[in-house]
Amino acid sequence: MIELHAIRKAFNQGRENELWALDGIDLHIEAQKVTALRGPSGSGKTTLLTLVGCLARPTEGRVRLAGEDISGLPECFLTEIRRRRFGFVFQQFNLIKGLSALDNIILPAYPTGRPRKQLLERAEELLARLKLGHRRAAKVEWLSGGEQQRVAICRALINDPELLIADEPTANLDTHLAKEFMAILEGLAGEGRSILLSSHDPLVTESDVVDRVVEMRDGRIVDER
Amino acid sequence: MKLWLARRRYLIDFTLLALARRKTRNLGLLLVYTVLVFMLASVTLYSHALRQEAARVLANSPEVIVQRMVAGRHDLIPPGYIEKIGRIRGVQTREARLWGYYYDAVTRANYTFMVPAQGAPAAGEIVVGPALERSRGLAKSNGISFRSYSGKLHTFVVADVLPQASELVSADLVLMSEESFRAFFDYPAGHYTDIALSVANPLEVRNVALKLAAALPDARPILRDEVLRTYASIFDWREGIVLALLSAAILAFGILAWDKASGLSAEEKREIGILKAIGWETGDVIKMKFWEGLLVSLTAFLLGFVAAYVHVFHFAAALFEPVLKGWAVLYPRFQLTPQIDGLQVATLFFFTVVPYAAAVLVPIWKAAITDPDSVMRW
Repeated sequence: MIELHAIRKAFNQGRENELWALDGIDLHIEAQKVTALRGPSGSGKTTLLTLVGCLARPTEGRVRLAGEDISGLPECFLTEIRRRRFGFVFQQFNLIKGLSALDNIILPAYPTGRPRKQLLERAEELLARLKLGHRRAAKVEWLSGGEQQRVAICRALINDPELLIADEPTANLDTHLAKEFMAILEGLAGEGRSILLSSHDPLVTESDVVDRVVEMRDGRIVDER
Repeated sequence: MKLWLARRRYLIDFTLLALARRKTRNLGLLLVYTVLVFMLASVTLYSHALRQEAARVLANSPEVIVQRMVAGRHDLIPPGYIEKIGRIRGVQTREARLWGYYYDAVTRANYTFMVPAQGAPAAGEIVVGPALERSRGLAKSNGISFRSYSGKLHTFVVADVLPQASELVSADLVLMSEESFRAFFDYPAGHYTDIALSVANPLEVRNVALKLAAALPDARPILRDEVLRTYASIFDWREGIVLALLSAAILAFGILAWDKASGLSAEEKREIGILKAIGWETGDVIKMKFWEGLLVSLTAFLLGFVAAYVHVFHFAAALFEPVLKGWAVLYPRFQLTPQIDGLQVATLFFFTVVPYAAAVLVPIWKAAITDPDSVMRW
């Protein structure tokens, strides 16, 4: 599904504080599989997610999506790909305060111009599936951490993406909520959805739901299982 | 087309939601901006209406007034002078006028005593302006005494009060008969204050003035257009004074509004990052924020302008009246005819709404073009 070839990513290139966050990554992310990036803080997991998710471009190397090179595409094309093909669940959830759970969920669908009725139906369906129907009108800042994460998952799924990208999804959850998240993940994987996540939580990386674990350190892939 | 419309609708929906989410900030901004527009619009609307009012009232005044000068000062028109003007092509009528100023120690104000060309009151009677009616508590048939400059007391009966509509220039006017006027001021018989000429063709007025200057070297022709220009410049000057006085407040308000509009909070920057990360285009984000700014400034402009209109035309510009009108000691009280100058509205719009929208746009553009990957690192 996604192929990364000789990827390098530098921050502050040419300056004194230049940092190579990724240094020669070759990786093939398979469709309909759950792939986890594991590694300590600073190993390059999040940077790799941003490149796969078209949130940033590599300094060197190629990113291919379904065989097409997308690493050199202009911003507007990357935005279109991001919107249609990827769904994001951020570590801090990144919901928009002051808006209800429902309004947050349908936000990524606004630029598609799909009819409102259709959007609301889809949002309600997702809310019901993640047992959040009763919180649809609640402002997101009133929700618990677990509820906020479920809203973030609904938002990531509103455009029915091929790949769900989750950055440290259990980092802000207690064990009970982390297990709840894994159950949701299992459901999504069961539907045949491709999932790419980063984590150093054993509850995630050692779970049976995860098909493949990619071990990272200092911007390189050091192991795989 | 349907898709385009749907996207626009979603954008507007989200803009309204965003405005509602930051209620206090936006209401504060709206209030500050409304006050700013209100002040500017009040001054310009009022000055414009005054200029128009003066022009309207002076429309019936003579085209040329001839004054005689002695040693560079205005002197009386001696007997036989009007005949010296002779026949000038284009002049329809010639009329010698009698008028003068009188200081009333009771109200500590100057009145203009005048003999009207037609319909002068009978001897011993006067017609007074509305301001005089108010300040001296006069009514029709009341008697009033003025002590003349020679020390003699003269008593008159008020035959009528001039209509309110012309108050701007008739507030301090006292009309009387020629006989009463001459007796009151000890005005020598056959002498007049000045001569009024009416000229039918406006293009002829300058020629008439030139011929007058040639025929009567000791006379000064005053053209109506010049009087109008003088009024206009007086009001322009007063408007300038008010704006100069207000400039500090306007500047302070302006800086505050600019600061509020142009400074993006950390929360707003974060939201822009999120929107971009979840698939909003840079253009959508900029448009949304632009609509937000435009909505605030446009609402403020409309509210401020309507408030200024009501202030000027329904409450007689109570806040700026003393400086802008400053007519004499006797402030005329009159209802201004509502006047709106399109160019003035457009100028005000350009200097209030456009800078605000621009102030909003620049920081948004800066924030919107940053890479969306920053959202992953919060």
